Amino acid sequence: MIGGVAWSTVGDLLLRHIYLAGVPLLLGLLISLPLGWLATRYRWLAPPMIAGTGLLYTIPSLALFILLPLLLGTRVLDDANVLVAMTLYSVALLTRTVADGLGSVPGATRQAATAMGYGELRRTFVVDLPLAVPVITAGLRVAAVSNVSIVSVAALIGVSQLGQLFTEGFNRNDMGPIFVGIGACVVLALVLDAGIALLSRVLTPWLRAGVAR
Amino acid sequence: MISLTWQWLVDPATWTGPGGIISQSITHLRISLVALLLAALVAVPVGLFIGHTGRGRWLAINLAGAFRAIPSLGVLFVATLLLLPRLSGNLAFELPVVLVLVLLAVPPVLSGTYAGVEAVDPAARDAARGVGMTEAQILWQVELPAALPLLLSGLRSAMLQIIATATIAAIVGIGGLGRYLIDGQASRQYEVMAGGAIVVALLALLVDLVMAGLQRLVVSPGLVVAKEH
Repeated sequence: MIGGVAWSTVGDLLLRHIYLAGVPLLLGLLISLPLGWLATRYRWLAPPMIAGTGLLYTIPSLALFILLPLLLGTRVLDDANVLVAMTLYSVALLTRTVADGLGSVPGATRQAATAMGYGELRRTFVVDLPLAVPVITAGLRVAAVSNVSIVSVAALIGVSQLGQLFTEGFNRNDMGPIFVGIGACVVLALVLDAGIALLSRVLTPWLRAGVAR
Repeated sequence: MISLTWQWLVDPATWTGPGGIISQSITHLRISLVALLLAALVAVPVGLFIGHTGRGRWLAINLAGAFRAIPSLGVLFVATLLLLPRLSGNLAFELPVVLVLVLLAVPPVLSGTYAGVEAVDPAARDAARGVGMTEAQILWQVELPAALPLLLSGLRSAMLQIIATATIAAIVGIGGLGRYLIDGQASRQYEVMAGGAIVVALLALLVDLVMAGLQRLVVSPGLVVAKEH
């Protein structure tokens, strides 16, 4: 027991939280990669695309959780609402990041790749994308941390995850579960943040090679 | 479902009266603006100080990131459980909420202000010093005007967070548009929840547009001229 909550309950809710925050992060990245690429490839697309995805972010989370059943035909309690809402928020944050990252690749580098005979597709995957990794992972870290916080709001519509400890504690006038929930959310956010930072380091060995000479 | 929601939205009775959308929107905006103003009173001077002196930069850089990890719903409940029994009247419900909203808004405003001052062209700062301006004059007449667009962008993202969290705060009993979302859920009237959600999304959008417009207006004319040349 911790703070009046069984460890196994915390574990179950933590797993649910990871699922509801993590799957949309990956889906969001998968959707943002082509969108961000389009915004870099066709410059005129960038302003409307960044503004459009940015608009998604202005919708308050509780409102979005409640409106999605209207659009998707799901029930209010379905996980799908939270998964879709979190994916939309991830896309809102990451499209801009991917565009910034791809845009940060030096022109000379791209020209060198073209001169070596790389086609556009191959250059994008083999040269541009790896070089954009530090910028993209920086955005991913922000999205991961804010996803963890936003998912907890879904407790208000009855979708269970760590936020459920907040509503339970509040209804019983007991701080214990609330503090356990806050602690677990913060730890999860920090672990995801550190994990993505580590992944970024592993994916970009050339950034360290220069220093070790 | 969609037609029920529409019916609720176009019913004049939904909009007027003490619990109507108009009065709840005003409450929502009042609480949000008070929180934004208090946060700005704390964060702007600190951000200016850090930007001008360069002291405490780690605070400006890391604060926003660290705060993002803290779930606002949990903090809202803690603040309410702690303060509600010690206060009375309307204040008992609103004070804990406003405190949490201020807490959420300080980091983005602080880092926006700091980033704005930090981004001021060093040549402009040197020129100001060269023509004999005092440090205070440099801060007020050069750095602050040049920092305004980024400062406002900090205020803008803070306001978005405030409006979203003020919606959630209906769960601890305060007024505002969140009432429809929470009360509709309690009385199992989905059309009320969905209608309220549409109105609060529109309000957030409108406020964001107004602040985006402000952001364009406050760009110092000197900076625009510099860019055109």
